[in-house]
Amino acid sequence: MIPVDLDALASCLASPACLVTQTTSGLIIGMLLFLVAVGLTLIFGVLKVVNFSHGAFYMFGAYFAMTVYQLTGSFALAILAGAAGTAILGLIFERVFMSRVYGRDVLMQLLVCYAFVLIFDDVVRMIWGPEFKSMGMPAAFQVPPLFIAGGVVPPYYLLLIGVALAAAVVLGLGLARSRIGKVIRAAAQNPGMVSALGINTGLIYGGVFALGGMLAGLAGALAAPVRSLTPGMGFSVLIESFIVTVIGGMGSILGALIGALLIGLIRSFGSLGFPLFTEGLMYLFMVIVLVSRPTGLFGKEVA
Amino acid sequence: MTELQAGQGAQTLAPPRIDARPQRYRDVLIALVAFALLALLPFIFGSKQLLDFVIRCAAYGLFATSLNLLVGYTGLISFGHGMFFGLGAYGFGLMMQKTGVPIPVAFVATLAITCVVAVVIGAICVRLKEIYFAFVTLAFQMLIHSTILSWQSLTGGDQGLRGGIPRPPFLGIDLSNHLHLYITSCALLVIGLFLMRQIAQSPFGYTLRMIRDNATRASFIGIDVWRAKLTIFVLAALFAATGGMIMALFVSGAYPEFAYWTISGEGIFINMLGGVTTFLGPMVGTVLLLILNDTVTRLTEYHGIVLGVVILFFAIGLRKGLMDFVVEWFAQRRGEASG
Repeated sequence: MIPVDLDALASCLASPACLVTQTTSGLIIGMLLFLVAVGLTLIFGVLKVVNFSHGAFYMFGAYFAMTVYQLTGSFALAILAGAAGTAILGLIFERVFMSRVYGRDVLMQLLVCYAFVLIFDDVVRMIWGPEFKSMGMPAAFQVPPLFIAGGVVPPYYLLLIGVALAAAVVLGLGLARSRIGKVIRAAAQNPGMVSALGINTGLIYGGVFALGGMLAGLAGALAAPVRSLTPGMGFSVLIESFIVTVIGGMGSILGALIGALLIGLIRSFGSLGFPLFTEGLMYLFMVIVLVSRPTGLFGKEVA
Repeated sequence: MTELQAGQGAQTLAPPRIDARPQRYRDVLIALVAFALLALLPFIFGSKQLLDFVIRCAAYGLFATSLNLLVGYTGLISFGHGMFFGLGAYGFGLMMQKTGVPIPVAFVATLAITCVVAVVIGAICVRLKEIYFAFVTLAFQMLIHSTILSWQSLTGGDQGLRGGIPRPPFLGIDLSNHLHLYITSCALLVIGLFLMRQIAQSPFGYTLRMIRDNATRASFIGIDVWRAKLTIFVLAALFAATGGMIMALFVSGAYPEFAYWTISGEGIFINMLGGVTTFLGPMVGTVLLLILNDTVTRLTEYHGIVLGVVILFFAIGLRKGLMDFVVEWFAQRRGEASG
């Protein structure tokens, strides 16, 4: 049968040190997933397309960050390059290709994205080579880890969690309160009316896509010091962020946050109890959520 | 509305059944001719490469055509249809390795297992709407894939089923003989396509088209949409599993890639390439994709870029599959000639 190690899980749950370590590692998995998933959910909410190539932006973010870091040695610039580079890429991708398949059937949209998954992976392989790369931890964070209740917490993890949380707050408030946020929500509701009121919806669509791409690129750039870089690295992240958006409800930012944290924790604790079936646990969880609530935890019923 | 009027309405709605029988004879004839041609092939061109190619076409063709029953005929975009391909390959391989039953028994037993699994998964999935249906089927696909990876004692994990699948002769057919394997694959392909064609042309097949075009109307005139969708989901799964079994026999093993999502992605792509509006579109797509794959991998290591550009050409340029394009072109020409 599938190997199960419930003793390891139970003994970890009983020890505060292990609990802290596993929770932080779950949180950073969750936060990175959130950044990718929230872009996905935003794009779906406004443009009504599922960006199947979203993982590629995460991948490009990581590679851009690595290259800029190696060239300049500045970590801040690296993060900036990851985010800005993917934003531009997202804008071009949306304006040139995706805008041609709006309103067409889902199959066409998925296919265009599928084509770009293949193309982008090969482009990365051409430019950076097929082998695993690593960016290395920036010098500022090469400090001894913090110990909280006996659990190990690298300082970089705190930065990562902080940045992701800040992004969540800015996004949430921006969409709810700012004028641009209102326009975006209006465009999601009724693009025809928004455009009739003299607002350039093409610009909004491009902007939202660029924003989504930027968030994924930011996640990739933040992940670059702690993960290894390889062409195709976007794909597993993509599948996981799909699970997150589907669990949280397509189009819901809060749902993406909760879903991402749940998946992060399932991954970090699941790897103790079910070492080989961690991924299976996520899919199982997704199936359970969808069967009981087909629109996800925070999704609204779409007409 | 009086009963009489209702009765009249029903009459005009009835599918054109007058044509059904001659069409079936025509299909039988086409199937027999196709099989005869395929069976003669090894005696004309004896190249092993060509026969291998046809066997792979049979495996993927059955899979892709069965996916078209869902995508093209019913409007169910399944992104996890490959799970049944993998299930067929693993079910059959394991049965042959562990129990040593005759091949036909293992074949039927694998179909039975697939049927049960498809009923359970289908019952959960088919009530969901478009994009959610695609996701949940994808999730089930990945669930099965990760089960295969993690259940190492049974499936061999990421190494796949190794040590070969025993192929004891039955009824004078010895599947370890390349020619016998070829003929059997062709027979399965032709029979499978014939059966799917009959499903597609039956009143049930027209019910499916109606569900695709307007599910609300279908349920209004008394069709149990959920049951019809579930039925075709299970039927399609059986043909996909048959494709998986041909694959398992061909490579004499089963690998986790058979159950990976990319198989489903390729299936969708094949359908797109060949076209979903004609019955043989997916079969044409299969041949095209396999040729494309074989040539491109030989020419360049970056075959993702080439495949991607081809997909874009079809999705954004042509906006339809090759067979759709051909059919429309012919229709247009005929229109011009008569007008």
